[in-house]
Amino acid sequence: MFRDKDRYLSIILISPSILAVLIFIYGFIAWSVRVSFSAWKGLNPDYTWVALKNYIELFSDPRFHVDVRNTLIFTGVFVIGSILLGFLLAVMLDQGLKGESFFRSLFLFPMAISYIVTGVVWRWLMNPAEGDRLSGFNLLFSYLNLDFLINKWHTTETWGIAAIALAAIWQMSGYTMAIYLAGLRSIPDELREAARIDGANEFEIYRHIILPLLSPVTLSALIILGHMSLKVFDLIIAVAGKQLPLDVPAIYMWQTTFDGLFYGRGAAIGILLLVSVAVLIVPYIRYTLKTEAQQ
Amino acid sequence: MSKSKWYSLTTIFVIAMLALSACGGGAQKVEVFSWWTGGGEAAGLEAMIKVFNEKNPNVEFINAAVAGGAGTNARAVLATRLQAGDPPDSWQGHAGQELIGTYVAGKQIQPLNDLYESEGWLDVMPETLIPLISQDGNIYSVPVNIHRANVLWYNPAILEANGVSVPTTMDEWFAAMDTLQAAGVTPLALGEQWTKMHLMETVLLGSLGPEKYNGLWDGSTDWGSAEVKGALDNFQKILGYTNSDSASLSWQDAAQLVVNGNAAFNVMGDWAEGYFRELGKTPNTDYGWTPVPGSVGIFQFLSDSFVLAVGAPDEEGAIAWLKVAGSKEGQEAFNPVKGSICARTDCDKSLFGEYLQSAMDDWASDTVVGSLTHGVVANDSWKSEIDTALGLFIQDGNVDGFQAALVAACASSGPCK
Repeated sequence: MFRDKDRYLSIILISPSILAVLIFIYGFIAWSVRVSFSAWKGLNPDYTWVALKNYIELFSDPRFHVDVRNTLIFTGVFVIGSILLGFLLAVMLDQGLKGESFFRSLFLFPMAISYIVTGVVWRWLMNPAEGDRLSGFNLLFSYLNLDFLINKWHTTETWGIAAIALAAIWQMSGYTMAIYLAGLRSIPDELREAARIDGANEFEIYRHIILPLLSPVTLSALIILGHMSLKVFDLIIAVAGKQLPLDVPAIYMWQTTFDGLFYGRGAAIGILLLVSVAVLIVPYIRYTLKTEAQQ
Repeated sequence: MSKSKWYSLTTIFVIAMLALSACGGGAQKVEVFSWWTGGGEAAGLEAMIKVFNEKNPNVEFINAAVAGGAGTNARAVLATRLQAGDPPDSWQGHAGQELIGTYVAGKQIQPLNDLYESEGWLDVMPETLIPLISQDGNIYSVPVNIHRANVLWYNPAILEANGVSVPTTMDEWFAAMDTLQAAGVTPLALGEQWTKMHLMETVLLGSLGPEKYNGLWDGSTDWGSAEVKGALDNFQKILGYTNSDSASLSWQDAAQLVVNGNAAFNVMGDWAEGYFRELGKTPNTDYGWTPVPGSVGIFQFLSDSFVLAVGAPDEEGAIAWLKVAGSKEGQEAFNPVKGSICARTDCDKSLFGEYLQSAMDDWASDTVVGSLTHGVVANDSWKSEIDTALGLFIQDGNVDGFQAALVAACASSGPCK
């Protein structure tokens, strides 16, 4: 009886948060879906049904093509860069060097900074000015007589977004390192020793023992970094503002909704973003739940 | 369990605080919404609030300003409040279609013709201004300040050193920039995307003239015509004279190139003059100004103005505020601090600096046309479609594609059918 009462109470206590999640997350997703099928343009809601018109227009919208291209480049550079760098840092720290905890915090710190701050700083660093107005990295390269490295950074045609990804890698590779480090620490030493006795060299140990055992960690890192890069917004705004060459879906959504008052189109972009993130995340959550249940 | 207990306690607390904050005193008050939160703008607003408080000691003034350049954030907040049926009594907006296309279409602001009549504003504001802030004969906002968009800033020393005189026509401008480019000087300083739209509108004006330019916005000039093509060709040619790092420069960075001697010309609104003064530069020595070539005798304006909300919680207070905003006293308090000129033509010239005095003369005598980038001639949707077309054009340099996109934008969001 006491148990029943406990259960009752816990349901009552948890109900506000469940209600809040239902309304403010799932309710608003449903509402956005409805708006994305409407002709709403202007300040006043207009729920005229236009079926898939907003979506079809987006697929033939040259600006949305730029967005998709930029997102793909950004995701590719950012995810691969962070994972490679993060793994490298983790392996280095795992060698048991002196002052490990110092370096661990040092590499992790960038993650504590907001994307806006990172963006502002990298905006200075990646200044593309030429001639006697050189500054940031370009000025550094010029001092070091590495003039061939001087480039236009984020104002480079087509690939400019990759420069933004560099800033994101700087920020997130420490986090990737932390996940990998935890993964490395959980691999029992016995496995490495057994491999050494069998005559494997260090490279072979990493190739055949460590990497396969780390694959769940890599998957987690991939998912976390991947969904972050699909939603990237603040970093780009801080580095470059609202400019089309560095446009991504989130910026287009914001601009078209609040500057242009195309609510229907904005909602459609939002739903496409949600779907693309869900495609990445949902299978992962199902996989995790399944493996946890098995354990 | 203790965690969820904390959660619900916090929730109850937050709800209680919200309920408490919703209740308030009963005194008369007026809430005015703006994005003037920093620099001369905020100081100017404070000066105007002082005038308001002197004239209306019984009304409490609530300054609901939201930070964010050019009002991007403020307008998102305002849109949310209006959709929730919770309008401020009065809010700031760029005079013209940005207000009319958005808020008149949404039936959220009231016509102010009676106020213009009773306060005699029609006699003290330029005749050509009134149609630009009206729709179907109804005037919808009270302009507080006036800025000029079509100003060409130049570095007198660079022009002199290269034997270039100040250009007044497009052809003279091209010839001047050719000379400068050959001499190794960056002819024209340019910044991020919105400054490119600013440049584009002044080139459209300079190439088409005021009637054809106005026609673009009321549908009487065909966006697909050969004249518009010619203007866009001019724009593309001008882009070829600019600095390579424009995408990474703010308008301040670009304007600074001129006074620092890194570039000869810059097209920017006359708020640049306030910035030059901040940098400690002297007019006519460190920088000179002239209308953008082809637009001599034309004043391409933009203006911050205030409106009267439909369903304003305190309409009387809001009207009292608008009276101050349109008064000689209010505008003379605001504009010298903000670095702009009065919308009224009868302000005391001695309050203003050298550049602003010349702008006041032009405002009183020139033909007035509106700015695109700053919300006068096109509604928000149309402007954002033009912005997208411009962004794509800067990427691919295809004038025909750009013109086709502009024709489509006018058909989908403008008056063209």
